[in-house]
Amino acid sequence: MKKDKAKRIFAESYLAIVLAVLYLPILVIIVFSFTNNANFSFANGFTLEAYTSIFTSEKTPALLDALKNTFVLAIVSAVVATILGTFATIGIFYLKPRLKKITLAVNQLPLVNSEIVMAVSLMVFFATFAFPQGWTRLIIAHVSFCTPYVVLSILPRLKQMNSNLYEAALDLGCKPLKALTHVIFPYLSGGIVNGFVMAFTISMDDFIITQINKGQTGIETLSTFIYEDARLKSLEPFWFAVFSIIFIVVMTALLIVNLKKNNAKEG
Amino acid sequence: MKKTKGFTLTRRAFAYPYVLFLLLFVVVPLVLILLNAFWVDGALSLDNFVEFFSDVTGLKVLENSLIIGFATTLLCLLIGYPTAYFLSKYHASSKVYVLLFILPTWVNFLIRTLSTKAIFLALGIELGMGTVVFGMVYNYLPYMILPLHTAISGIDKSLIEASHDLGANNLETFVKTILPLSWTGILSGITMVFIPSVSTFAISELLSNRQIFLFGDSIQTKFSQNMYGVGSVMSLVMLLLVVLFNLLVNRAGGNDDDVSRSML
Repeated sequence: MKKDKAKRIFAESYLAIVLAVLYLPILVIIVFSFTNNANFSFANGFTLEAYTSIFTSEKTPALLDALKNTFVLAIVSAVVATILGTFATIGIFYLKPRLKKITLAVNQLPLVNSEIVMAVSLMVFFATFAFPQGWTRLIIAHVSFCTPYVVLSILPRLKQMNSNLYEAALDLGCKPLKALTHVIFPYLSGGIVNGFVMAFTISMDDFIITQINKGQTGIETLSTFIYEDARLKSLEPFWFAVFSIIFIVVMTALLIVNLKKNNAKEG
Repeated sequence: MKKTKGFTLTRRAFAYPYVLFLLLFVVVPLVLILLNAFWVDGALSLDNFVEFFSDVTGLKVLENSLIIGFATTLLCLLIGYPTAYFLSKYHASSKVYVLLFILPTWVNFLIRTLSTKAIFLALGIELGMGTVVFGMVYNYLPYMILPLHTAISGIDKSLIEASHDLGANNLETFVKTILPLSWTGILSGITMVFIPSVSTFAISELLSNRQIFLFGDSIQTKFSQNMYGVGSVMSLVMLLLVVLFNLLVNRAGGNDDDVSRSML
């Protein structure tokens, strides 16, 4: 028994260390966002200057613009990917086996392919066929790597679905289209919502594909803006404050969503 | 019956827009890369290949990237396996604790990498190979832990008990029961870490002050300098690596339906 206890203590310490390392950079940035220098020292005491600089910095308009672009791009891409992906999944499910297999394999490509290769291949494609720079290219690129996730999150639900449900609807006098909207869609709703959320977050998180396909139009998303601004210099206190806000918002949102999900499952 | 059959046909038609989309925006771009690699001044040519494979510095970059990719994957596996194992053993009922290990990935990797860099600079740690590998492991570790955790916590506890009952000690049970049963998790963890870390873009640049240049960075540079031909050859090399790697993993029993990369 004593040996078990020692093992447990070892295991818990190991987990605690891994967790500490994972969160250390985040915590350090949050703590030192309350100083007015980038040297990680409290020599000038505790201050909110980094935060108030958000209201006065000349970077703020560009940052807000980037934030807006990130959201617009993520929403538009996720909506298009979800609609395209939902119909596609139903269609793929009834394709002839050979075509189905090929389509699913190609659908897998954006997931397994290296992001940089996808990014440059799209760039060459857009340049070759003279697609208009800016939003058109970005939305197409984002939809192309988001839709596979939508398809893969709906497909398992469709596999589970009893095909008699649909036929029962038809037997009861339902028109095919109505059976689709009243029987199949509601049944798949869990997968559809899941796919939408996935598409949205993956689009928001993207850096490589956006960076390489944004062109010269001046459209920046949050990640490309941070990259352009901070890669050559060291981080300014302004960024400490902005990063801290992002950390807190993202982490709290995710914790709340997941706790709710857990409670819903248990309750 | 006839009615159903008719609609099966139309339902099938729902796939066509997406099939067209995939063809246009996934397949054609890759074909263009292939064309750009082999097509020089209006004729088939291997010039781009010769140019890439005779460039010693370019090959050195590829070699470095493979080494860093292997090192990152190995370290993630060595650190991640015990993490996933202890989590499933002692915290099987606490989803939130597991979630804490995955949560950092939801903050954009650039933000986390720049934060790590700021700390290295403040501590006076010299940026170089060590900091790049640290940054990679730091970034990809959760992607290793998640599939491993899923695989290990899915193992039927009674199999472990049976192994003990049949006289196996802890080590034997681990090697002969737990490890083989978590094999798919190991494979999908490796897939999620290796390819992204070989072709990563920006992490190495940021964490080495532009001293260490990896394959992903140099593909991007070639295209930004309008050297589409050589850039395409390098993309093909990367693509080949992806295909070979996935074949290997599938061969070893991996599951390519895995979407856990993006799931909580």
